[in-house]
Amino acid sequence: MTKIPELNFDAIIIGGGGSGMRAGLQLGQSGFKTAVLSKVFPTRSHTVSAQGGITCAIASEDPDDDWRWHMYDTVKGSDYIGDQDAIEYMCSVGPEAVYELEHMGLPFSRKENGRIYQRPFGGQSKNFGKGGQAARTCAAADRTGHALLHTLYQSNLKAGTVFFSEWFAVDLVKNAAGDVAGVIAICMETGEVHYIKSKATVIATGGAGRIYASTTNALSNTGDGTGMALRAGFQMQDMEMWQFHPTGIAGAGTLVTEGCRGEGGFLINSDGERFMERYAPNAKDLAGRDVVARSMVLEIMEGRGAGKDKDHVLLKLDHLGKDILDSRLPGIQELSKTFAHVDPVKEPIPVVPTCHYMMGGLTTNIHGQAIMVDEAGSERIVGGLYAVGEAACVSVHGANRLGGNSLLDLVVFGRAAGLYITDVLSSGISISEPSNEDLELAMSRLTRWDEAPHTSDSVPLLKKELQNCMQLNFGVFRKEKNMQEGMMKLSELRGRINEAGLSDKSKVFNTARFEALELQNLLEIAEATAISAEGRKESRGAHARDDYQERDDENWLAHSIYDPLTKQLRKRDVNFKPKTMEFFEPMARTY
Amino acid sequence: MLVSVYRFNPEVDSEPYMQDFALDIPQNRDLMVLDVLAMLKESDDSLSYRRSCREGVCGSDGVNMNGRNGLACTTPLSTVVKGDKLKIRPLPGLPVIRDLIVDMGDFFKQYEKVKPYLINNDEPPKQERLQSPEDREKLDGLYECILCGCCSTACPSFWWNPDKFVGPAGLLQAYRFLADSRDTAKEERLSELKDPFSVFRCRGIMNCVSVCPKGLNPTRAIGHIRNMLLNRIA
Repeated sequence: MTKIPELNFDAIIIGGGGSGMRAGLQLGQSGFKTAVLSKVFPTRSHTVSAQGGITCAIASEDPDDDWRWHMYDTVKGSDYIGDQDAIEYMCSVGPEAVYELEHMGLPFSRKENGRIYQRPFGGQSKNFGKGGQAARTCAAADRTGHALLHTLYQSNLKAGTVFFSEWFAVDLVKNAAGDVAGVIAICMETGEVHYIKSKATVIATGGAGRIYASTTNALSNTGDGTGMALRAGFQMQDMEMWQFHPTGIAGAGTLVTEGCRGEGGFLINSDGERFMERYAPNAKDLAGRDVVARSMVLEIMEGRGAGKDKDHVLLKLDHLGKDILDSRLPGIQELSKTFAHVDPVKEPIPVVPTCHYMMGGLTTNIHGQAIMVDEAGSERIVGGLYAVGEAACVSVHGANRLGGNSLLDLVVFGRAAGLYITDVLSSGISISEPSNEDLELAMSRLTRWDEAPHTSDSVPLLKKELQNCMQLNFGVFRKEKNMQEGMMKLSELRGRINEAGLSDKSKVFNTARFEALELQNLLEIAEATAISAEGRKESRGAHARDDYQERDDENWLAHSIYDPLTKQLRKRDVNFKPKTMEFFEPMARTY
Repeated sequence: MLVSVYRFNPEVDSEPYMQDFALDIPQNRDLMVLDVLAMLKESDDSLSYRRSCREGVCGSDGVNMNGRNGLACTTPLSTVVKGDKLKIRPLPGLPVIRDLIVDMGDFFKQYEKVKPYLINNDEPPKQERLQSPEDREKLDGLYECILCGCCSTACPSFWWNPDKFVGPAGLLQAYRFLADSRDTAKEERLSELKDPFSVFRCRGIMNCVSVCPKGLNPTRAIGHIRNMLLNRIA
């Protein structure tokens, strides 16, 4: 094999969304040789689509607000399998991380006194659930993700961060010790392949909502880092936990922020009834997302869906008035008109639960270090490999993420990993050289696509089949029989994908080649999801089964760990040891 | 419907050409131009274009459709197809890498030139810097830019001087920071814009305003910068 051109870095971050750019900014300031690699120009990353805000106890709306209340809500929201040390860290460090964003220039909406505007979001409470609804989500109108992502990109420009923009990461390079020694990546414009050697490789590739047919996620959300890690044999945690956002626009799948309900909007069925009053008498439309999504599906299944096919419900906003909608939800008006042909000032928006967020991911500690768990339950840290943001499972979201917590997760843990890697690099670590065989292994997938003869089984077709399989069998409600059928379908698809070949093998910006590589990432993630979902014999958070309808704390108050080498599931203890306070005991979760 | 798409693959084509596709468009829903591109790609996977969010916020899929720049993902066929025909070309004025994918290097260089980040060297407070809702409102219509490039590549002044005229997108961002009550580098920013090209090559053609998919108004922002520069001299 001809030698692959090599580039050398102290740290390489794969993914230029919120978490990757926050980590990049931190490492850029450290003086170590760092680069952020992204398959899209960084401001095109999916963080840009986040709307409602970033949840954090900055005590602007309520001067008495306390990060411990935010922590309580997050633990409860996670259905008690969020790690309490990680949640404690996120909620307590949060204000500092949010103020940093403001200092960088993020154009937050403001209150009369000049402080950051905060709005109510689902699952938020005051005084540990006893003080009623809180308003804790810091917002820049309904374009918070856009404002955050552009601010981070701008700050990175200011700091002189090196970007590999429109570079596609193919596979991790593992050395003989099992450490990660960098990544194989393609410059998309030229098609040239490089080995990017690094002492720290950070996976910040976000979610993979594109394993489902109906998702709020961008077309580029194919979980490339997750796929690479699975192929390299690294374990994933809680992959059965996928959040279905209650309000995706019916048909189009585009997101309508929970902030709509935070500002006073509510859901109605075909009878015009505000049905959430029945399912969650206290929090109503601001119950946890899993609770609201299930209630909506039940309404539709029981024949109270709206529209001629009775296949969605309606989000009513017109009672808020044009002024509130113009100032606080301008983007939503634009999206509703474009994708639902509805003006929310006058008519309700047709909505349906839509795949939104991957709570699971690469198992990490709060420094972003990847963790492996052996059969006896003892843990080891993987040398050179880190993950942050949606691609990581640290785990702050457990079985159900609260709205506004993902943006906080990005900045808090992007920053934390940056700080920790700076320390590690300062202490002078080294990662041993990979052999030629190690490099060839990391190249093998790409080589196959470049050599395989063209087949009629096309990438778009295989992708559609995969997405339909996941949608049908691993949706809001899960049945054993369907899950098993789904798993069989996935193994059939694996066989066909392994044989598929492209007609166009050119090098310059060959998007077909990248979509083929993405499809394999989707497949790895779909399979991890399927096996984890079938294996968790209970209902908890976003995972709802008809054969095990109750939460089973005796057997399943645990993380699931999926091992891609054996395709088996094992359990890992949830952390109940916050550092500065008493832990929160699991309780019945009602809203 | 007849769809005619600009094709160029530097590895095989000596020059670009327009390729025609006859497409059956389902009548029951109003497809977006991006849906049409996806349909074409299913039949010919060599067709290349950028796309990501498919909801008009990431700015990847700016293209020229029947002569007009816009985002493929938020442009319904009903608003753009004329006489059952649709011509899709790359954004004009930038070098083509392949098919509908242009090299946006010049565009981003101009964006970077205006120092598109907050400059404030005062020690930040422990909490956020305060900003009144009135001051914050001054950023509306500016910060929402998605850097799709539709405006600058519709601007004859930018076509003529892509290296020296900052262009509507860059100038919109320049004004976004000039207008921010938290920024302390106004003088420095204006000094860097006072040459005859950076701002003053804008001729008020307003193509930028008519194509902006986010409904922003770069011409108005440029007018404000012009006034600030002129007031400074007076």
